[in-house]
Amino acid sequence: MSHTYVVVAEVRAGALRQVTLEALQAVSLIKEVGDTVAAVILGSQITQLAGELAGYVNDGKVYAVDHPDLENYNAEVYFRTLTSVLDPLQPHAVVFGHTAAGRDLAPMIAAHLGAGQISDVTAIENSGADTLFTRPIYAGKAFEQKQFADGPQVITIRPNNIPAAEQTGSPAEIVDREYTPAADLRSVIKDVVRKTSGKVDLTEAKFVVSGGRGVKSADGFKPLEELADVLGGAVGASRGACDAGYCDYAMQIGQTGKVVTPEIYIACGISGAIQHLAGMSQSRVIIAINKDPEAPIFKVADYGIVGDLFEVIPLLTQEFRKVLV
Amino acid sequence: MNIYVLLKQTFDTEERIVIQDGEVSDDGVKYVINPYDEYAVEEALRQKEQHGGNITVLSIGPERTAEALRTALAMGADDAVLITDERIPSDEFSVSKVLAAYLEKQSYDLILGGNFSVDSGGGQVAVRVARLLGIPHTSSITKLEINGTQAAAQRDAEGDTESLIVTLPAVFTAQQGLNEPRYPSLPGIMKAKKKPFQTLTLDDVGISEADLAARTKRVSLTLPPARKAGQILKGDLPQQAAELVQLLRTEAKLI
Repeated sequence: MSHTYVVVAEVRAGALRQVTLEALQAVSLIKEVGDTVAAVILGSQITQLAGELAGYVNDGKVYAVDHPDLENYNAEVYFRTLTSVLDPLQPHAVVFGHTAAGRDLAPMIAAHLGAGQISDVTAIENSGADTLFTRPIYAGKAFEQKQFADGPQVITIRPNNIPAAEQTGSPAEIVDREYTPAADLRSVIKDVVRKTSGKVDLTEAKFVVSGGRGVKSADGFKPLEELADVLGGAVGASRGACDAGYCDYAMQIGQTGKVVTPEIYIACGISGAIQHLAGMSQSRVIIAINKDPEAPIFKVADYGIVGDLFEVIPLLTQEFRKVLV
Repeated sequence: MNIYVLLKQTFDTEERIVIQDGEVSDDGVKYVINPYDEYAVEEALRQKEQHGGNITVLSIGPERTAEALRTALAMGADDAVLITDERIPSDEFSVSKVLAAYLEKQSYDLILGGNFSVDSGGGQVAVRVARLLGIPHTSSITKLEINGTQAAAQRDAEGDTESLIVTLPAVFTAQQGLNEPRYPSLPGIMKAKKKPFQTLTLDDVGISEADLAARTKRVSLTLPPARKAGQILKGDLPQQAAELVQLLRTEAKLI
């Protein structure tokens, strides 16, 4: 029997998110010959993005719901709109990015479909007739491989781990779906403060510059931000820095907080407690800058500089600028 | 106001993970309330301080979970319910079904939980429960103010802050920054011993094993390859900075 796989696309700051393309690639790893692929895109003024998305969905359909109500994510509105598209398709699997919106929507859809959900998938492997999904547990201190029993499937894909789908020669057909406003909403978004506008998302960043207690103050993060800007990366923090009030908890990397897997992770003034290591030790290259040569962070770092971060970071920024700008 | 807190007992985040016979070893492990659920307990206490009511802490898990529930009682929760039954699979589909089956028969205004658990980290159960109960939810909140049946919440969405108004009853999941959980006081610990503590099985909840069949299963478990210490650069700091960028270009080939 042929199955329908649906990727729920995500728009951020007027662009398709990279993880949407990674989710499409995930589907191409799972699906069998004869299965159907569709993507759903919800948002406001998304005609162009729907067209762009269609270029990555081979021979399938892109369902677009375009309405001002969909400009900001609202769990209730998105859930109703998404199910109105999904239900007639009777999807075998629905795939999301493991992002703020994806993490929130996926379990709603899973409950709605009576489906199993495998969250935060970092790799997919086909073993005979089985598809095995690798995901971190204990924030990456260990990894489990899971598989689905019978029934519908919901999957969320961790950004930066599965390669992105490439453009296809046979783009999907775009199907516009009508938006039906709900009269009896029980949750209303009043306001969204975009603290991150123009910045690279921490979990999707290729380069992460992260500060610990050694950064000493909120102002101490400034040189880290400059370095991140030069690299086109994002700034993170250890629990110590967040607890000390130097930065927002949204920046925390660790077993509590976010798990990141960038190409380069630069740990500045971070000692390397096990709870922090869980959140970043899967980074490709780790660089540690710390005054204390005995800091545990050096035991996991590929490259270490023993020195004052306030001296080292401006020097590094200067060197990177030479080769990058 | 009737407040329920969904609570999971997890390994302390300082624990290392050891795999023994294909399972995570719990030998000598220190257990805690899942840190995100601890924010939920604290928030329940603060809401009760303002609005009055009753706080029930609710958990599914083996018998050792009672310890985490006792800690929540010592923090100030009023009563605890532990659903413990080996027939409940550790799949989010199954766990949320059991919780919803229990909650369906209770009267609730506010249900709080953690954003995710620091062990399995699926981030599914609280949201699924909201859906199964047919009530709204807001995940990852950093602020909650209740006025009658309206809740004003702030939600952390990857660093952006969304402000919402939600009609109760509703589910909220706690993000860091929501509050600073209190430590149980000595009198609190003494009082906790006398607070109502119910231990239930599936039969008590009134849901059959057949409705709970796991939708996913684990097939293997591995530890990530250990990282080795690399090189500590030498020379004066400007030299080290230049050498590092050079190494990233030539050795790591990432720049």
